[in-house]
Amino acid sequence: MKNELIKYCLRLGDNSLILSHRLSEYSSNGPFLEEDLALTNVSLDHLGQAEEWLKYVGDLEGKGKSADDLAYKRKEQEYFNCQLVEFPNTDFAYLSARQFFIDAFNYFLYSELIASKDETIAAIAAKSLKEVTYHLRRSSEWIIRLGDGTEESKEKIQAAIDDLWMYVGDLFETDDIENTLISEGIAANINKVKANWNERVNEILHLATLDRPENEYAVSGGKNGFHSEHMGYILNDMQYLVNAYPDAVW
Amino acid sequence: MPNSEQHPEIWKLLDAIPDPEIPVISIIELGVVREVQHVNSKVTITITPTYSGCPAVNLFQDEIVTTLNNNGYTDVEINTTYSPAWTTDWMPETAKQKLKEFGIAPPEIKMDSHDKLDLFKDNEKVVACPYCNSTNSHLESQFGSTACKALYFCDDCIQPFEHFKCI
Repeated sequence: MKNELIKYCLRLGDNSLILSHRLSEYSSNGPFLEEDLALTNVSLDHLGQAEEWLKYVGDLEGKGKSADDLAYKRKEQEYFNCQLVEFPNTDFAYLSARQFFIDAFNYFLYSELIASKDETIAAIAAKSLKEVTYHLRRSSEWIIRLGDGTEESKEKIQAAIDDLWMYVGDLFETDDIENTLISEGIAANINKVKANWNERVNEILHLATLDRPENEYAVSGGKNGFHSEHMGYILNDMQYLVNAYPDAVW
Repeated sequence: MPNSEQHPEIWKLLDAIPDPEIPVISIIELGVVREVQHVNSKVTITITPTYSGCPAVNLFQDEIVTTLNNNGYTDVEINTTYSPAWTTDWMPETAKQKLKEFGIAPPEIKMDSHDKLDLFKDNEKVVACPYCNSTNSHLESQFGSTACKALYFCDDCIQPFEHFKCI
C-alpha cells in the first residue's frame, strides 16, 4: 500500500515539477508584461505544489530524502509525469493549449482529492485547488481569446490543440496502483475527473469556436516512467547544477 | 488568531516582523503563523504558506529564527502545515485598512465556502480603487507582481493598482 501511495504522489508531483520547469523557460518571453508575470506566477505555484508532493514522498519513504533530493537526483525512468507536460514551448498557442488541458485536469483532480482519506493528500489538494482555479480561469480565457480572435490566432491555437491531443489520454490512464488507491478512497476517481474534464473542454472549445479533435490515438506510459524524446533534455537542464556541484548549498 | 493568549511575549515579537513584500503588515496580520509552542526552553512555531510557491516563506522562516534568537530564545524549530489552507479571511480588518493606505485594494470577500469555479465571475467583480475609492475600475490581469495580487486599473484617476486576491 505504501509503495502505491508513493508512486501516486510522485506522478502528481512530477507533473507539477516538469510543467513548472517548462513554464520557467518561457519567463521573459511572454507576449506582454502582464502575461509574462502571469505565466511566471503559474510556474511558481506548480513548483510549490511539486515541493509539497515530493516532501510527502520523502516522508513516506523514510530514507531522509528531501524534496530537492527527489526533484533533482532521479534518473529519467524514475519520473512518473505524463508526457503532456514535457511538450516544448513551441509557441504561445502550444503553451496555452498545454496549460488549458493540464489546468482542467488538475482542477477536477484536486476537486476530488480534497475528500481523500489520506489527510496529507487532502490538505495539499485543498491548498492547490485555490491556485489551480485561477490557472484554469486564465488558460480558458486564452483558448477563447485565441480561438475567437483573428484568423491567424485561430489557425495557430487549433493546430496546437490538434497536435497535443494525442498526449491527453496519458492523463487518464489507470493501472492497478491507481485502482487500488481509488478503492481505498485515497486516489481520485479518474472516470469522474475525465467526465468533468471532457465537459469543460467541450464547453470552452465551443465558446472559442474551435473543433474538438477526433483523433483517438493516445501515447501512454508517462505514469510508469516512459517519456517522450524531450524529457532527457529537460532533465539535463534541470539537473545541471546538482550534477556540476553536488550538494551545493546557498 | 490561534492560541495567541499563550506565550503573548513570543506573539508580540513575531508581530514586529514585517511581511517581506508588503512591509506595512506583519506576518501575524498576514495570518501565516498558526501556532506557537514553548516547552522547556524549546520554541516551536508552526507556519503555513500563503501560496504553495511563495518565495517569501523561506524569508519568514529566517526572520522568525533570527528575531527569536536575538531575544534569548536559542532553540527554535519551524514546522510547516498546509491544513487548513491559508485564506485571506484570516486577515483582520485593521490589516486590510493598512493595505488600502499602502495602495493595495484589500481582499473584500469572505471565502468561508470553497470558491466554485466560475470562469468570468472575477472579471465582473467590482474592486474599489485604493487611491480615489472609485469603483469605475477594470481587471488588467489575474496575476500581479506577487502570487497573492491581481492587477487592476482605475478608469477615474487613471492609475494602475494592485488588488490582494481573495482565496
